Amino acid sequence: MEQDTKTIFSRPEALRDTVTHYCPGCTHGITHRIVAEVLDSLGVREKTLGVAPVGCSVFIYNYIDTDFLEAPHGRAPALATGFKRLRPDMVVFTYQGDGDLASIGMAEIIHAANRGEKITVIFINNAIYGMTGGQMAPTTISGQVTTTCPFGRDIAQTGYPIRMVELLSALGTPMYLERVTVNSPQQIIKTKRAIKKAFQYQLEGRCFSLVEVLSTCPTNWGLIPLEATKWLEDNMIPNYPLGCFKTPDDAESNHGTV
Amino acid sequence: MEQFEVTLAGFGGQGIMTAGQLLAYSGMKAGKKVVWLPSYGPEMRGGTAYCTVVISDQNIGSPVINNPYCICVFNRPSFDKFEPRVKPNGILIVNSSLINVSSQRKDITQLLIPANDIALKAGNVKTANIIILGALIGASKVLDLKIVKEIVKEKMSKKKELLDLNLKVLKQGYDLAIEELSQKEKV
Amino acid sequence: MLFGAASTGKRVFTTSSSPGISLMQEAISYMAGAQLPVVIVNIMRGGPGLGGILPAQSDYFQSTKGGGHGDYRLLVLAPSSIQEAVDLMMLSFHLADKYRNPVMMIGDGMIGQMMEPVEFPDKYEEPELPPKTWAATGAKGRPAHIIKSLFLDPIALDKNSWILHEKYERMKKEEIRFELYNHSPKNEIMLIAYGTMARICQTAIDALKQEGISIGLFRPITLFPFPEKQIYKEATKENIRELLVVEMSTAQMFEDVERAVYGKKKVNFFGRTGGIVPPPEEVMEHVKMLLNKKSKDKKKA
Repeated sequence: MEQDTKTIFSRPEALRDTVTHYCPGCTHGITHRIVAEVLDSLGVREKTLGVAPVGCSVFIYNYIDTDFLEAPHGRAPALATGFKRLRPDMVVFTYQGDGDLASIGMAEIIHAANRGEKITVIFINNAIYGMTGGQMAPTTISGQVTTTCPFGRDIAQTGYPIRMVELLSALGTPMYLERVTVNSPQQIIKTKRAIKKAFQYQLEGRCFSLVEVLSTCPTNWGLIPLEATKWLEDNMIPNYPLGCFKTPDDAESNHGTV
Repeated sequence: MEQFEVTLAGFGGQGIMTAGQLLAYSGMKAGKKVVWLPSYGPEMRGGTAYCTVVISDQNIGSPVINNPYCICVFNRPSFDKFEPRVKPNGILIVNSSLINVSSQRKDITQLLIPANDIALKAGNVKTANIIILGALIGASKVLDLKIVKEIVKEKMSKKKELLDLNLKVLKQGYDLAIEELSQKEKV
Repeated sequence: MLFGAASTGKRVFTTSSSPGISLMQEAISYMAGAQLPVVIVNIMRGGPGLGGILPAQSDYFQSTKGGGHGDYRLLVLAPSSIQEAVDLMMLSFHLADKYRNPVMMIGDGMIGQMMEPVEFPDKYEEPELPPKTWAATGAKGRPAHIIKSLFLDPIALDKNSWILHEKYERMKKEEIRFELYNHSPKNEIMLIAYGTMARICQTAIDALKQEGISIGLFRPITLFPFPEKQIYKEATKENIRELLVVEMSTAQMFEDVERAVYGKKKVNFFGRTGGIVPPPEEVMEHVKMLLNKKSKDKKKA
């Protein structure tokens, strides 16, 4: 009998065997696993450095079993730049939420992308600040209720939600930008493909890469996990279209460099 | 009155903070000095939550109380953590619906209140915190139940049915504590 | 944002917790240089770096010694109850305007999270202040107002620095606030603590009294200006043998107390960090240790 059984599913080597601190229904776990699977499949775990953000996923270093730096709020791309420039042989990625990357860390991400740093950024967009208790983020969509906009985000007062991949795609520097989500098995497969591609571009020394993952925050959205997935489909995807926005092969992505 | 201190402990979502605040507001209404001090952590769900309320005739110094006179524990982890901390001759109120052990200490008064069961029977499990609050008033007599009722009316008047339910179970908790105490005295 | 808002001449304030305040240090230095009245509240958490999120008093140096670059100070207030926080809040806006200087109120997670009954005065009476003739309101019929901290001419910068210094000296004369608790000629030990820690010391003092031990507390309310002379006066009284500074940090205010007593009395320290708020029992233990040590010393002598 034993000869007939074989393991077809197990924990990735790059994922630690530990108890999660994430809330029920939170999609951080899915994306953590995808990153770990990709690191495994590329065989780079032992030469990878992660940079943790500030926010719920600051504790990513408890889950993904690689070396890690814990960055000041929003500064992960700056730390990643400094590290990667001195150790170009290593694989460097940051994992940042929308409060971290699109608010306090806006300058760092734009300049790291524009310099074409050979790093990979996993950008988790759940349209809210999670760890601090559900405040409005730059990515909060119009009309969305948070603790700091209890009557819904008023775009006349606070502007439109910031679409990061669209914003970055306006830069002339060649880079890889894709927006994905993890609301269904199909999308999860697509996300894994995108994240793998992002790391591959880095391994080839080609370009800066960023994958934006539309994610849920059932706790702070005040929804049960299934409703949260539905809310993501009905409200986030229309505001944040999925797809690849730029690759280093795009002819137009080299405009301004001639 | 000497200074009265109580710590309420359980997990997030059990209404620990609310029960503490209701008590603090009641103390304030009774013209006492009060302090309400919450504990807080970074986790949004599933973490432990506790708060301390101090009620006194005098100015209150330290809001941090290592060994409060009264402790109400809502779940097992809180029992393990706080049971040894009750001040000698103090009161321990145990939510026996969720805690299947009891204190072996001889120097404290222990009340076992099946708060979740009573709340379920009454129609809403979320009122368990109010039952414990009632028991706390009954056991300690720190304040007049009438004042607490007024505060519950003031602060929870949004939904009429829920208010009536809360007032009902508050009294139930109060009566249960008194009954338990009188039985203990007989023994 | 605060810089811009304060330049209108309106009363403005912001609030954050330690790492956020660190981020603001650049602008705080600019606002001190440009002499802008603003109020900043720092509800201190444990550091350095991300540290923790629980109560601490570890930003004492940052608050009282400037914080950002350059020759400047903040006027620093430290309430120990919610009522005092309310009262000092009103005062802080007045002081910011009076000195045209940033005022910082520091508290900790206790002050930040605790609820206590408070009373607001029906009307806030404050001494009259000169009109804000420096504000940027549009240069209609007057020379333009330029609110700035850049002085490339060394003589001009030197002058500005001494104008600031003069304000800080004036604060030292006019703004020192503190409170004494249980002072008596029987006391051999004087505690020094501020904010939440001072309240805990008060309870420790009350409990010690029950045991027949009398000690006093000196509670600075202004941390800058620091009540140096007042501490010196109390500490050098004959009955006081030693001081005990109690903080939720690793001996920051301690350095100012040492400086204040000028080596005349021994200054001891007890503190916890990382969000641990020492209960009264721990303070009592330390006081007793000091007393025991001394009675042993006495016997030896």
